[in-house]
Amino acid sequence: MDHLLALAIAAPLLVAAAIAALNPLFRGERRRRTLDAVAILTAAVVAAMLAAIMVRTAHGDTVYWFAGFRPSHGIAIGIDFAVGQLNAGLACLAAVLVVAAMVFSWRYFEQVGSYYHALMLTFLAGMVGFCLTGDIFDLFVWFELMGVSAYALTAYRPEERGPIQGALNFAITNSVGAYLWLSGIGLIYGRTGALNMAQIGRAVARHGPDRLVVVAFVLIITGLLIKGAIVPFHFWLADAHAVAPTPVCVLFSGVMVELGLYGIARVYWSMFGQSLGHQATVTRTFLTLALLTAVVGALFCFRERHLKRLLAFSTVSHAGLFLTGIALLTPLGLAGAAVYVAGHGLIKAALFLCVGIVLHRLGSVNETWLHGRGRLLRVTGAVFTLAALGLADMPPFATFRGKGWIEASAAAHGMPWITAVFVICSVLVGGAVLRVAGGVFYGLGDPPSEETQMAAEASEETGETDHARQRTPATMIVPAAVLAVAGIAIGSLPHIGAAVQAAAVRFQDQPAYNATVLSGAHVAHPTALFAPEPTGITAADLASGLGAVAGALILAFLALYWRRLPLLRRGFEPGAGLERPIRRFQSGVVNDYVTWIVIGAACLGGTLAFAIR
Amino acid sequence: MNPAVRRWVFVAGAAGLAAFYLWGLTGLPGFGSYPGPYGDIINRVAVAQTNATGVVSAVNFAYRAFDTLGEEFILFAAAVGVSVVLRHLRGERQRPARDESMDRNVAPTSDAIRMVSLILVGPTLVMGWYLATHAQTSPSGGFQGGVMLATAFILIYLAGEFLVFERISPLAAIDAAEAVGAGGFAAIGVSAVAMGLPYLTNFLPLGSRPGAVSSSGTIALISFFVGIEVAAAFVVIVSELLEQTLLSRQESR
Amino acid sequence: MGVFPFVVVTWILAVGLYGIVTSRHLVHQIVCLIVVQSSTYVLLLGVGYRRGAAAPYFSDVSVHTPAVDPVVQALALTDVVVEAAVTALLLAFAVQAHKRFGTLDPQELVQFKG
Repeated sequence: MDHLLALAIAAPLLVAAAIAALNPLFRGERRRRTLDAVAILTAAVVAAMLAAIMVRTAHGDTVYWFAGFRPSHGIAIGIDFAVGQLNAGLACLAAVLVVAAMVFSWRYFEQVGSYYHALMLTFLAGMVGFCLTGDIFDLFVWFELMGVSAYALTAYRPEERGPIQGALNFAITNSVGAYLWLSGIGLIYGRTGALNMAQIGRAVARHGPDRLVVVAFVLIITGLLIKGAIVPFHFWLADAHAVAPTPVCVLFSGVMVELGLYGIARVYWSMFGQSLGHQATVTRTFLTLALLTAVVGALFCFRERHLKRLLAFSTVSHAGLFLTGIALLTPLGLAGAAVYVAGHGLIKAALFLCVGIVLHRLGSVNETWLHGRGRLLRVTGAVFTLAALGLADMPPFATFRGKGWIEASAAAHGMPWITAVFVICSVLVGGAVLRVAGGVFYGLGDPPSEETQMAAEASEETGETDHARQRTPATMIVPAAVLAVAGIAIGSLPHIGAAVQAAAVRFQDQPAYNATVLSGAHVAHPTALFAPEPTGITAADLASGLGAVAGALILAFLALYWRRLPLLRRGFEPGAGLERPIRRFQSGVVNDYVTWIVIGAACLGGTLAFAIR
Repeated sequence: MNPAVRRWVFVAGAAGLAAFYLWGLTGLPGFGSYPGPYGDIINRVAVAQTNATGVVSAVNFAYRAFDTLGEEFILFAAAVGVSVVLRHLRGERQRPARDESMDRNVAPTSDAIRMVSLILVGPTLVMGWYLATHAQTSPSGGFQGGVMLATAFILIYLAGEFLVFERISPLAAIDAAEAVGAGGFAAIGVSAVAMGLPYLTNFLPLGSRPGAVSSSGTIALISFFVGIEVAAAFVVIVSELLEQTLLSRQESR
Repeated sequence: MGVFPFVVVTWILAVGLYGIVTSRHLVHQIVCLIVVQSSTYVLLLGVGYRRGAAAPYFSDVSVHTPAVDPVVQALALTDVVVEAAVTALLLAFAVQAHKRFGTLDPQELVQFKG
């Protein structure tokens, strides 16, 4: 049964190599269908394997040592997969989204060769490896595999100009992050002589935080923050999302960014948590970054008219909210972040797939031009609106549950104002997406105003598919609908709170993790630094959730009808003057992005250096 | 940001980052005093456990073979990515590649370069083959050997023999070779699983004495597959990038 | 002497980043990215060095000879391959960029902003 772990990553790699080797055979329509089917089947099998693993690890982590080199006397000489429920669940989400994306692309690229499928499968393998591994250098290797596959997939339609800018900005910024990360690995290896996360954790915990540990921590975290699109490392995300093909965007927003945040949690709780101490400082530092990201992302999201970029900025905002849950350092916060990630991944994927359908049928992603034209896409409109409500954190959705737990944990630890920030961000993001739903699919109100710049950008996006069809193929709408409904289903599972929080407690117990990995010990009752908290739905949760949805609906309504309401006409589009200098930060030039990375890393390093010495 | 502002902002940030980094680096044990334990343990047990006297290769292909698998596939994905980006370019251009390449002024290759390159092709091939198959005994291995094998192909290009280049390295076959190399590595690991051992366990007989060419079990085999994959990947990448220049060379002869 | 190689590491990193940030040519920028990664090679190999020790190849010396760390050498090997792969892909993008935008100046390669 353990070998499932190895097969979960070997299978996509083998199939990708096989597909590439047999590339000349896959010309012709029927052969292409076979290829699609093979790829979808592989991804589905991986998802099933990971779901089985997730069930199996409910009562303890599974550790699998590659090549049979088990650790002796607490020293690891091989590479391991250390799998608990949280990381198996995240890998399973990745596989499910790959299945959905590949089903969507069944009719998608009519004239592409087999390389799309090979790249998607290596992308999947990279994500699975990243989630499951317990070795810091192995984490880096799978991060790079994810990265290289992602860069290639972003540039998949090189006949346009946007994909090149997006792919270049993406590649250069993430590579700089990866090399900073590698510098951190070199530092920590120099001190501990180990690459296994549990062994490093044990070795640094013995001596407390000194300069080397702090610097290594900051460098490793910077690389992961860049992938996780946290301000000021987030600029690449919008450029990459705006231009990648829709199925690829599904994966970027749904799970790739979240993997960066998972990496942060993993590195903190497996390696540095015990040794760094200073929980209050760590919480404050990361909360600042997280909340700044949430607000900046939400503001940019509301101002966008390019549908994919709008959704990309909403991902930035949500990345900030996930990091808030992690930064609280409590099990309930982490559990909230985990469920929020799952719900958001499914819903965001559904939204992107609907945008893909719009692009396929109507040939545009410009919200202003599309106003009212989506009326004939009735089912798509319904699914989009449902998913938009989920993004605004409406009650039965998993996003509502996750958000509620993060807010509850924050309030219990003396930060009730975080709820207010969450509500504001939900209102802005939900309002933006509901504005799109109302305007494009139902023709309500007036088309939003736009600058000529945005119009030019959005009209560059030509159709991704061969020719517009008269009806939406089932392979495009069914995955979107299924994902949106799954978002509700996960949120409605009865004991999800207790189960996920138990998994979070186990994830956060560093000594238990070290013992399990290095000595095979089975720890029945892990204890984290902070105690578990109640996970029921409280009145406060409902109030904030319904309040956010109501606020989002009102904001969407105002955004659509403001020109007809004399009161608001005078100054509704507020701050248009001061918003322009803020928007200039997103300049599209990679030199600027790398400058911000350096400044962000220096500030983060300086803060932690002064606080933890 | 305009470039001047950006430069000063960057310098300020970089000064801070460099100071921070250096501050951390001073916490390392001094240069030349590696404390272990990972490297020391491997040095002690590697020869006995794997019968390979090249310990770096033992680390790469046995102890940390899983990392190497990932890295193989990174190269595979990159070669595939290069093909996607540049072949698309070729397919949709209005003018065929030959016409466009006529506009470029490429100096003809000098005879000296052509002769030296042709002479070097043979030794390079032999050297590459030697490196790829001796991973377990000497500072060599699949990666180094593969790159040298790819260099042999590039020397053929340098010698100006584009037609020969195209005939002996048809892109379809090279793509297949690359995929076989990468897939072969993954498959070796799966064979171990089929025998009930953890993935990528060294299940082949280890040979009679350390350091023999046929020793060390799967290390030599994996190294061979890696050599094929790396050679193929680099030939694909270089030939895609050089396609236009190659065509113009052919026109001018 | 104990810390000088690490000063070199920091310098290479800083210079590479400076090159990326002030670059006006995409190929130059990609090569500066290679320079940034070179700093990690120096760091890794510097961390594993042991004064007076031999290379970790035991075909002609006894197994008990003190040797330097083989693991960082393996890591550096992996590193080099990763860098080659990323560079190849980025150069393909550069070819593409020249076709689409007609220029290789990073400041001109802007299709989306704001």
